[in-house]
Amino acid sequence: MGEVIVVTSGKGGVGKTTTTANISTGLASMGKKVVMIDTDIGLRNLDVVMGLENRIVYDLVDVARGDCRLRQALIKDKRFENLCLLPAAQTKDKTAVQPEQMRELCEKLKKEFEYVIIDCPAGIEMGFKNATAGAERALVVTTPEISAVRDADRIIGLLEAAELPNPLLIVNRIRPTMVKKGDMMDIDDMIDILAIDLLGVVPEDESIVVSTNKGEPAVLDMKSMAGQAYRNISRRITGEDVPLISMESEDGFLSKIKKFFGIQR
Amino acid sequence: MDFLERLFGRRKPTSKIIAKERLRLVLVHDRASISPQVLDSLKEDMLDVISNYMEIDRRGTEVTLNSDKESVALIANIPVIGVVGRNKRGVRI
Repeated sequence: MGEVIVVTSGKGGVGKTTTTANISTGLASMGKKVVMIDTDIGLRNLDVVMGLENRIVYDLVDVARGDCRLRQALIKDKRFENLCLLPAAQTKDKTAVQPEQMRELCEKLKKEFEYVIIDCPAGIEMGFKNATAGAERALVVTTPEISAVRDADRIIGLLEAAELPNPLLIVNRIRPTMVKKGDMMDIDDMIDILAIDLLGVVPEDESIVVSTNKGEPAVLDMKSMAGQAYRNISRRITGEDVPLISMESEDGFLSKIKKFFGIQR
Repeated sequence: MDFLERLFGRRKPTSKIIAKERLRLVLVHDRASISPQVLDSLKEDMLDVISNYMEIDRRGTEVTLNSDKESVALIANIPVIGVVGRNKRGVRI
């Protein structure tokens, strides 16, 4: 039986879709059977981030309504045989999917896949309820900004109420130079405030923009710092113990940062 | 110089510290589901009750929510001027 993991954040634009694409691809590159579900109906984007936008025939709403079979709606990834995407609908009625249907869908998918990764929409409305309905584990993505951390706190509360306790935190877009200057909250600040366990830290990295432009997840780019961070996160999801090295260190700050993300140069 | 400035606290706090403090405060309210307006009317009601017994400085009163990791506390700082029905030296009037 596979595991169903929802990637959520509350606030929009913090990197849920990028995170979903990268950890799913990361897990697939480790040989795991993975399916991604985009639950952001009306604002689908996981397809373009993955570079699969031209292959969509059916979508999540078609599956929920029974207009097609589940298998017909699953799009195979270009790079990995063992990676699939179930895209969101772009133009159909948002209310077409109900939490109960999502639960059934997840049950079916986890029989066939080792990981079912759900990309949750921003907000705390129906889309959030649908995305979390079938999940067993939750990842909360945040950035080191007040607004994102505040929304993450609310989401953690809602996850607990939805019986998804102990979500894990991914801090995205951290800028080590700003942290050093005291102009950006550091990881300890955020863990202290949100009081949940950390899964990983992803640095701000231009290579994410480039890889999204191309529709190729950065996790496959061996030179990308963010890619390395996502590779580490993927390994941790499988239960592997990949250490986090503290950012607070006197000697050679930049080299420590590189080491922190596991980059050897 | 740098050390002295820091010692005497003249240096402005970094924006991270400001962010953390603002975030903490906003989360106390979010988590307790109490809006500043609710807190304000709570304060007024509380002062009305206390005024029946004591003469207080309404303007100098501060009512805030404070939190540590485990719990949230309601903290009221209410300056007392005197007791109703007595003068400054405690003599009944």
